[in-house]
Amino acid sequence: MATVNDVVIKIATVNGTGSASANSLLMKSIFRMGIPVVGKNYFPSNIQGLPTWYEIRVTGDGYQSRSNRVDVMVAMNAQTYARDMADVKAGGWLIYDSTWPRGQQLDRDDITVIGIPFSRLCNENFDGARARILMKNIAYVGAVAALLGIDLDVITKLLEETFAAKAHLIESNMTAIQLGFDAARETISCPLPMSVAAMDETSGSIIMDGNTAAGLGCMYAGATVGAWYPITPSTSLMDAFRDFCLQYRIDPESGKRTYCIIQAEDELAAIGMVLGAAWNGARSFTPTSGPGISLMSEFIGYAYYAEIPTVIFNVQRTGPSTGMPTRTQQCDIISCAFASHGDTRHVLLFPADPGECFYMAVEAFDMAERLQTPVIVMSDLDIGMNDWMIPELEWDENYVPDRGKVLNAEQLEEMDKFYRYLDVDGDGIPYRSLPGVHPKGAYFTRGSGHTKFGAYTEDSAAYQEVIDRLLIKWETARTILPKPVIRFSKSNKAGIITIGSGDGACEEALNRLAKQDVNLNYCRIKAFPFSEEVSDFIRQHDVVYVVEQNRDAQLRTLLINDIEADQSKLVPLLHYDGMPITAGFVVDGVLLEIAKGQAA
Amino acid sequence: MSYIAKPKVSHPGMPKNKLGLTSRDYEGTVSTLCAGCGHDSVTAAIIQAVFELGIEPHMLAKMSGIGCSSKTPAYFVSQAHGFNSVHGRMPSVTTGANAANRDMKYIGVSGDGDSLSIGVGQFVHAIRRNLNMCYVIENNGVYGLTKGQFSASADIGSLPKKGLPNTQEPIDPASTALSLGATYIARSFSGDKEQLVPLLKGALMHRGFALVDIVSPCVTFNDHEGSTKSYAHTRQFYHHVADIDYIPPTEEIKASYDLGEAMPIKLHDGSTIILRKVDKEYDLTSRASAFKFLRERFNAGEITTGLLYLDESRVEMHELLGNVDTPLSQLPLEDLIPGAEELKKLQARYR
Repeated sequence: MATVNDVVIKIATVNGTGSASANSLLMKSIFRMGIPVVGKNYFPSNIQGLPTWYEIRVTGDGYQSRSNRVDVMVAMNAQTYARDMADVKAGGWLIYDSTWPRGQQLDRDDITVIGIPFSRLCNENFDGARARILMKNIAYVGAVAALLGIDLDVITKLLEETFAAKAHLIESNMTAIQLGFDAARETISCPLPMSVAAMDETSGSIIMDGNTAAGLGCMYAGATVGAWYPITPSTSLMDAFRDFCLQYRIDPESGKRTYCIIQAEDELAAIGMVLGAAWNGARSFTPTSGPGISLMSEFIGYAYYAEIPTVIFNVQRTGPSTGMPTRTQQCDIISCAFASHGDTRHVLLFPADPGECFYMAVEAFDMAERLQTPVIVMSDLDIGMNDWMIPELEWDENYVPDRGKVLNAEQLEEMDKFYRYLDVDGDGIPYRSLPGVHPKGAYFTRGSGHTKFGAYTEDSAAYQEVIDRLLIKWETARTILPKPVIRFSKSNKAGIITIGSGDGACEEALNRLAKQDVNLNYCRIKAFPFSEEVSDFIRQHDVVYVVEQNRDAQLRTLLINDIEADQSKLVPLLHYDGMPITAGFVVDGVLLEIAKGQAA
Repeated sequence: MSYIAKPKVSHPGMPKNKLGLTSRDYEGTVSTLCAGCGHDSVTAAIIQAVFELGIEPHMLAKMSGIGCSSKTPAYFVSQAHGFNSVHGRMPSVTTGANAANRDMKYIGVSGDGDSLSIGVGQFVHAIRRNLNMCYVIENNGVYGLTKGQFSASADIGSLPKKGLPNTQEPIDPASTALSLGATYIARSFSGDKEQLVPLLKGALMHRGFALVDIVSPCVTFNDHEGSTKSYAHTRQFYHHVADIDYIPPTEEIKASYDLGEAMPIKLHDGSTIILRKVDKEYDLTSRASAFKFLRERFNAGEITTGLLYLDESRVEMHELLGNVDTPLSQLPLEDLIPGAEELKKLQARYR
């Protein structure tokens, strides 16, 4: 049966051979044909030599998550050939480099194997080892284009844009594309029964990764100080911020920078710099990942207690310890919610895709300054480093940054005396003063016990008064943070709760389950502490499947802890193998639970 | 840490600085350190230096980590913001604060535990960045607040109050800073205010990383016989090599100096340091010879003090990075946001 615009292509290559640009070219070409795509990069913690895969899901339905099937495998890595072949869905296709013979034992009779001599073609047409390796990758793009019916004009145009400044590269790339394209057509009847056809479902969309979007968001939030220590998978966030700053943050008159990026000696220093800069009135941030959060924890607790606006991006990766640095998870929910010793709790924001990384970056600065506390944006490797199709980002020209309660020189001058930690208006948030503004604003910032007047104390009542007031602030946070996305289906007493990158899989699962007459309501949480709407959602349902990407049901634990949700209702569906969650996992999990319930 | 405000008593005849403030305006709360602590003398020297320089109190930021020394910013200049951070992390907080506002003066007060053990990484990297700050180490060779353990600056053979002598190599902040490229390095003694105050003034006015390592005896845990950081030991083995006079930009150089022995050095703000060499062999413009000298005197058991190294030619962090002159925290956010039209334009490459 022929299918159109519903195909999963997986490309197996060797890390460091330049396949990333070939894969991006392939995915963007399909996107340019107006067809929604999902791209996932499965890469090793390595610079060169280890196996790497790229998966493109062509989804005319516009789903956002990866699929757990492979229709077309481009097996360019001899090392992984056997497992790559095993991955192909029955009835699918496998393309391999037939320059060298394969072992006889490597075959399947339920798939179609297509041999194309990519290496030989490239050796005959290009000079130099590097060019031959690079062009072999481009050649498979040509072959896939023929097999799936991708418009060559679209590819040509993309190459022309990419290499606008290097015309000779356009020519060699097009030669390679044509080699692959023609070879495929000579080998098999094209297009295959699974093919692509132009649609109009991508206008108004872009393809961007979450770290780029978050870096852009920091620039649009007016952040001026960024401190960081390189760590996968967060590094590209600061790279993006730097690149956008180089474009938009150079003072035209002096040629000098209106931003300051400091590569710190470690995460301990990176967060210290963020606190120092924020204390001194700059919007400052640090991107990191789980191990960095562990190192930053002492300072995060300090920022909570001394009430310093702090913005942290945690692009989560697989733990514990070093874990799998190039695989994804949502495994730092608890460690971030309560980072540091003593009674601390922190505001978390959960973006679901790169678009939300952009908007939540801006929101994180507003919330941190409004609440005078750390705000941790809980992205993950899947969102941060993969290319997502998202609606074009928009900017509200009426945006006014919320700098929170900051006293200026005139206000301080008029005051009889300024006290740093007084809650004058009952929301638990005191007024603050910035250094260098007025002598009356001076106070001594400390992580040691302090009174509401800012003085050192070891007095029980005075100490307790301040930490109790922080709970009032916590309740204020609950009311002003982003509300969950809640959607009711035609039923019923069962629902799904998820966060962040679980969204795409859950949305798709809801559709698929509805087709099987399993109707679930949906709540995607965007922030911690959880709002009243989240409590209500749980209260309104008999069963709530809590879908998250960690072993220990951390979100579920937090729901029980923060809003005293009825734990007997909360059924965990846990995906934690390091790969992005799929709709199939959610569907299977829900159906299994329902079956269990019926059996009981 | 104290929360007892000092009574404001001032005499009409008290000298005033260029801002019309008296030294009382630069005081802090009452110290809670042990009576006779060297750190209180350093606090007094800081008050005098900042008063005489006429620094606006609110334009000074007092930074510290954890430990006896790190408590002292509460004891001077109450009208300046203070940041008593976490153990060993004062340099990073100061780096961030300075990144946000380059117009302020930053004085960090640290100790030998704070800077040479838990915080040695941050100490080292602040120097590498040539962070524009005055970095004071109140160096007593022991952990006071936890009752007398050796710190990383304890000399080999130095005796603790109880237990066995130290056997590990000490870390010397001055020669460490020298090897890392610090641009102003001084050492002094809390008991020598005459030498210390000008060194602190020079450090505050130097543009770049200025280290002032101050032997500041711990009267409770490290002032006994056999300790190499006691008052008695320091006084006995104290060796001035180069003292300085600090002359503000507005002031004429009045005193006459013997040219062979005195050398004026201009600082970036127009002020002058008159260097008075006590030891004529000492060359404080050469890292190599300064290092050799320091090590030799150290091996001979001497404590070399004075201005040990000065390099006015190197640029500080902001200039290294090419940042605008206006403090980043004072740039209006609306000027930093490119707006809707640009956002639309820049997304073309993501299609």
